[in-house]
Amino acid sequence: MTMPDDSADLIVDGAGPPPPIRRLVPGGAPTIVLPPPPGTITAPNGAGGTGPTVERRVSALPAAQVAERMRTEELRIAYGGKEAVKGVSLPVRRGEVLALIGPSGCGKTTLLRSLNRLTELTPTATRTGRIVLDDQDVDTLEVTDLRRRVSMVFQQPNPFPMSVFDNVAYALREQGSRKPRKGALMEPVTEALRRAGLLTEVQDNLDHPALRLSGGQQQRLCIARALAADPEVLLLDEPCSALDPKSTATIEELIVRLREEVAIVIVTHNLQQAHRVADKVGFMYLGDLVEYGDGDRIFSAPREERTADYVAGAFG
Amino acid sequence: MATTAPAPAPVAPAVPRRARRSGTAQDRRTELVLALVAATVLALCAGMLVFVFVKAWPSFEANGLSWFGDGNVDQQIGDIFKSPADPADYVYTIGALPLIVGTFLTTAAAVVLGLVFSLFTAIFIVEFAPAWLNRILEPVVRLLAAVPSVVYGLIGILVLVPFVAENLISTERKESVAFVVQLTGASWSVAAVILAVMIVPIMIAIIVDALRAVPKSWTEGAAALGVNRWRVMWTISVRTARPAIIAAVILATARALGEAIMLAMVAGSVGFIPNPFDGLTFFFEPVRPLAAAVVENAEGLSVIPFGQTIYAFAFILLVSSMVLSLGGWLAKRPMRKYGIQS
Amino acid sequence: MADAPALPPTARTKPVESSRNWPLMDRLMLACCWVAGVSACVIAFAIVAYMAYRGLEFLRPALFIERPNADLDQSKSGGFLDPLLGTLILTVMGTALAIPVAVATAVWVTEYGRPFWLARAVESGVEIIAGTPSIVLAIFGLIVFQEQLLGFLSFEAEGGSVFGRSFFTAAAMMSLIALPLIVGSTREGLQSIPGHVREASYALGKTKAATIRRVLLPSLRAPIATGTALGMGRIAGDTAIVVILLGGTLQLQGYGDVPGLDVLRGTGSTLTSYVYLNSPAGEGSAPEKAYAAAVVLLAIAIALNFLVDWIVRRDPTKAVTAAARR
Repeated sequence: MTMPDDSADLIVDGAGPPPPIRRLVPGGAPTIVLPPPPGTITAPNGAGGTGPTVERRVSALPAAQVAERMRTEELRIAYGGKEAVKGVSLPVRRGEVLALIGPSGCGKTTLLRSLNRLTELTPTATRTGRIVLDDQDVDTLEVTDLRRRVSMVFQQPNPFPMSVFDNVAYALREQGSRKPRKGALMEPVTEALRRAGLLTEVQDNLDHPALRLSGGQQQRLCIARALAADPEVLLLDEPCSALDPKSTATIEELIVRLREEVAIVIVTHNLQQAHRVADKVGFMYLGDLVEYGDGDRIFSAPREERTADYVAGAFG
Repeated sequence: MATTAPAPAPVAPAVPRRARRSGTAQDRRTELVLALVAATVLALCAGMLVFVFVKAWPSFEANGLSWFGDGNVDQQIGDIFKSPADPADYVYTIGALPLIVGTFLTTAAAVVLGLVFSLFTAIFIVEFAPAWLNRILEPVVRLLAAVPSVVYGLIGILVLVPFVAENLISTERKESVAFVVQLTGASWSVAAVILAVMIVPIMIAIIVDALRAVPKSWTEGAAALGVNRWRVMWTISVRTARPAIIAAVILATARALGEAIMLAMVAGSVGFIPNPFDGLTFFFEPVRPLAAAVVENAEGLSVIPFGQTIYAFAFILLVSSMVLSLGGWLAKRPMRKYGIQS
Repeated sequence: MADAPALPPTARTKPVESSRNWPLMDRLMLACCWVAGVSACVIAFAIVAYMAYRGLEFLRPALFIERPNADLDQSKSGGFLDPLLGTLILTVMGTALAIPVAVATAVWVTEYGRPFWLARAVESGVEIIAGTPSIVLAIFGLIVFQEQLLGFLSFEAEGGSVFGRSFFTAAAMMSLIALPLIVGSTREGLQSIPGHVREASYALGKTKAATIRRVLLPSLRAPIATGTALGMGRIAGDTAIVVILLGGTLQLQGYGDVPGLDVLRGTGSTLTSYVYLNSPAGEGSAPEKAYAAAVVLLAIAIALNFLVDWIVRRDPTKAVTAAARR
């Protein structure tokens, strides 16, 4: 497996100049490029365009920090005979954010859900091909173990109807065979909240019901809940589609920051978002992985015509 | 239930205004008639309370609080029946505690048994049962609900009671309490077991509905954290469905304490307070629940003080069931906080 | 396609989470679920099988056409023609009385529902009636129908006291058993009719009353039928009201001289009271007769259950499925 186009110190933004802007200032106020209002279809003018207009939030990490955690090999998933994913092979690496883009129904969410075998909750789903986590076929793993190591955040924020604390502690409580005491949980819970960037907002009311948080806070709470169990891979299924622009920006920063610790796969409809956060982009169309490569290259110089059409806004 | 009345307000502008609102005379008449019919339902509820209370009052008045006290009820009921014809000499003395204890014991035991059983069954139906078994289970639950109580009672008195009497109660056990009460096999525990089977369907139905209404995003979210299916059910679904489970318990309680015929056949019909200190014998001791006492004494209701005493039993049942029904209705409401209808 | 090496795919069909590696406690709980679910089936099967066995043993065609006699000699005590007719009459009368009230109530609560407090009160009233034990309904009925004013529904003993027990009075109280079921399924039906159906009717210039009568009621046939079938099952299976309000005579005993009406003003029995009276708990201890009648009763209950199933399956909207499960 090769890693094309990456070099340790190459900080890429689009096809070349303008010079890279490091947007993520730890502790400082980030500059935010607001996504367009909903309803308008905007694509970073890709093929034949003048180069991306959306500024990247991300610069590639040094190669030393990048390591493969997961990959799929010739993965096929069908729902009752109808194939949703048609032979996809993909690597998932820590230190990189992998974005899956493509029109609705192209199989990207199915692919994502298969990575921690959530597709098995759908009785009609069948799968062939291998999914490997750290050189182990995921089918040989206990499914609960797999899902602890490969955690998922959903499109709609889905905090459980309990307190903020209990939400984050949920995985920790349920995973051990012995139930830890609340005191022992305080540290990992606050740590997870801190990593999710939510701690300062909720630390005074950890006992409040999670459903009373705002949408963006709820989604970050879900991320904190997923992080609490220290997963190796974090799957994000359109995590911002239900959120307002400000919350979206906060979560995007969070994603970029987290990629150093966990491998991140994000499914998104929002091309600008993919461009802002992703190191690698996979474009899927009708179940096929049409093109995979560096985020910048996919948007600036797609090799496939379908990719070019899509990033130019042709499919919508 | 709040989601009623699909508002017909925004309609095409071509519609004459009066057609939209109930403006015409005929419309108003229809509404009035329907409202009156609906209001009769309320009148019935109020009427029940008032009529039964008025009829039962002499019994409460004559006994005061000792109505709820202990007494030899069977003897007292007999004495009331034999009251002299002169209203001045009517006998009212009764201490209905044994009947109340009988009702409480059978109901509580049945509800506890039934809750455990129906919670497991409901979880099984919603999460674990293979599809073919679910296809059997649904009609099974409906069948258990459809079996008339007199059939349950018949099976109880002709099959279970003799079985218990012959196999579970030794002669020594019978002799040990022979001077207090006869152990015939007809007992509160047998009654409670059958009663549990009778109330299980309503509980299963309510709990299954509630478990199914738990948003999939929560159960899926929990599964995605690597929690196994049982723990997802227990920590997310059952927890969310708690209001419905409480409602199920309350409604099942109302049903259990109103059951008359089966209890009249199986519970032993002796106004006796079972003694927990009798050890195992406790379970084989007979009771006479309030509802059974009413149905067993249906023949003598024209004897005025006797009728009034029986009406008093019915009044106690009526008030408890009203409180429970309203409680169940209220208990279901918190589910709607999460947008869950059940 | 990018950089993953192509490997021959391993064929797999949905691997399902196994409970083998769950903690012991969780596996124990899962076992409890299985035990509960399977024993529910076993109990139901045992009841049906046992009753069917007893039915084969004791049920004779003659029982259906012979009138019952109170005779200790079981060869002379006859069959259960009268109780069977009694069950039939009560079931039909009870639901016939309940349907108009129930449908009107459901329509008013769902379609008008104003003033709001009254609608909520009516709703809770229906819940209260649903939760009232039939033995209490029976006592209430007895008290009401012994009023002098309502004497025409039963008969007066010499001395002028009203007996209060007749098919009329029993059916009136039976209708209260069926009422909540029919209200419930009718409401479910109404709620499942989308708002645009009503709007389309208003757009044609129809009044609300006409909309309800011409548009809504016809599509409520399945829900009302479901509620009615459920109510019939409950009425046919109820014993307490019969024992208290039907007078306790084995045979149908008419009162009055108008043919037909006399039966309704008179007393009688039903299958349920027949079973009760022939069981060891009643006076005539004739288990074989009790079993035979109980089998017929159970068959009626199961048949009505199938009827509900059939209506639900035929109903395209599936609106009544939830109601049917109650």
